[in-house]
Amino acid sequence: MNFALRGVSKSFSSRRGRVSALSGVDLEVQDGEFLCILGPSGCGKSSLLNIMAGLDREYQGQALANGKLIAGPSAERLLLFQEPALFPWMNIAENVAFGLAARGLPRCERKPVVDRYLAMVHLEAFAHAHPHELSGGMRQRAALARALAVDPDLLLMDEPFAALDAQTRDMLHGELQEVWTTTGKTIVFVTHNVREALILGDRVLLMSARPGKIKKEFVFDLPRPRHFEDPGIAEAARVVLADLKAEVERARDEEVARVSASR
Amino acid sequence: MSRLLGKGLFFVGLLLVWHILAIAEIWPVWVFPGPLDVADSILSGCMDGSFVEGAGRSLGRIALGYGISLVIGLPLGLAVGRMRLLGDTVGTLSLGLQSLPSVCWLPLGLLWFGLNESAIMFVVVMGAIFSIILSTADGVRNTTPLYLKAGKTLGAHGLFLYTRVVLPAALPAIVSGMKLGWTFAWRSLMAGELLYVSGGLGQLLSMGRELNDMPRVMAVMLVIIMIGLTIDRLVFARLETRLRERWGLAGSGR
Repeated sequence: MNFALRGVSKSFSSRRGRVSALSGVDLEVQDGEFLCILGPSGCGKSSLLNIMAGLDREYQGQALANGKLIAGPSAERLLLFQEPALFPWMNIAENVAFGLAARGLPRCERKPVVDRYLAMVHLEAFAHAHPHELSGGMRQRAALARALAVDPDLLLMDEPFAALDAQTRDMLHGELQEVWTTTGKTIVFVTHNVREALILGDRVLLMSARPGKIKKEFVFDLPRPRHFEDPGIAEAARVVLADLKAEVERARDEEVARVSASR
Repeated sequence: MSRLLGKGLFFVGLLLVWHILAIAEIWPVWVFPGPLDVADSILSGCMDGSFVEGAGRSLGRIALGYGISLVIGLPLGLAVGRMRLLGDTVGTLSLGLQSLPSVCWLPLGLLWFGLNESAIMFVVVMGAIFSIILSTADGVRNTTPLYLKAGKTLGAHGLFLYTRVVLPAALPAIVSGMKLGWTFAWRSLMAGELLYVSGGLGQLLSMGRELNDMPRVMAVMLVIIMIGLTIDRLVFARLETRLRERWGLAGSGR
């Protein structure tokens, strides 16, 4: 499977007129890679994922899956959100089975799949619990299991750990690397956290502040599993951070300019 | 615990004030009966079967009328929430008609159906149905976008997405509509029964007035409150609490 964006631009209207969110984004996702997209908040990272997921079709340019235009949402390209978005009216096992049921898989064939992925994220004991009974980290793991269960070709992750505390996030970084190594899924992971991008990604694309475009590509060959406090990560983070800082400052200056212009 | 105590004290105090006012005989008994007279009247009404029969009659009617409202209102609400054209037409119409107190439908009902059960049923349905349609439509229309997106990206679409995501997500709003509908239905029924010989609680009320039997009037009022409250608490409040808990909304209210 091969995914690509060609000259993708996106703008939307706000109270202050048209805002350009993305401008001419080109990117290629290689089969089986763990790609991280790093950028300051508001740089259009989420828009990018929504376009790739097929949930947003109001853009210019081309979003391609295997050379064909992406026409709509599909379980082949699965988006994970910042919130777990588990369905509260179903228990965890039913949530994980949702995509399988949507595909029409008979009930008896869903169970082994559900069990396998619940075990992969260490939630076997919570199969019959309801989402509100789980902690934030457990919910996000359940959402991951729900996504993996439909066996997508591409897993799109939109800052899924941003709302979690540091310890939980560390743990999930470990689990996600493990999941990636065992399943060999293609993952595109969006974040504004430099270290997170470096821990998870083989390749890191730095996005510029609004309008978002790909500014720079970093490839670090660091041994896995990687941890937050690895010296290699810290070293690489210093390099990336210098570039990111410039973008954050540019975003801030533009914000200030816009606010003062509108006064 | 102290809240419960406060509540209890308030109502005991209220009864006491009422009793004192009554025994002070500021007004004659047939204008202002005391709590003991009313209690006596409730007891005799229950003993001679007139209350039981009246309540049975009214409950039978409400079951039928409210049932009809649900059978028509729920599917219509789902459709109104789903289709823009229906929302602009039936939805707007419902919004307008909801502001009409349902008892205003009675003259029309009497003309169309005559002096019989159907006229009352008509008023009850007209009282309940619009709030059921509107809440259901609102619930379906305002499905949390995140759930919709999650469902779609997991590969759900069409009927599957509707029955497994849109409907359950709308359930709390639908139940609120059903509860509101029940309240309106009960009020409409009482208003309808008051106006002509019907054999229900409403008629007991107007009979009490004609006989100048104020204790009986108040007793019937209390019975009406009790029935309304019981169903509200026992059925709807429980259902709502369970839904809020399950949907993870508990604690976000209040």
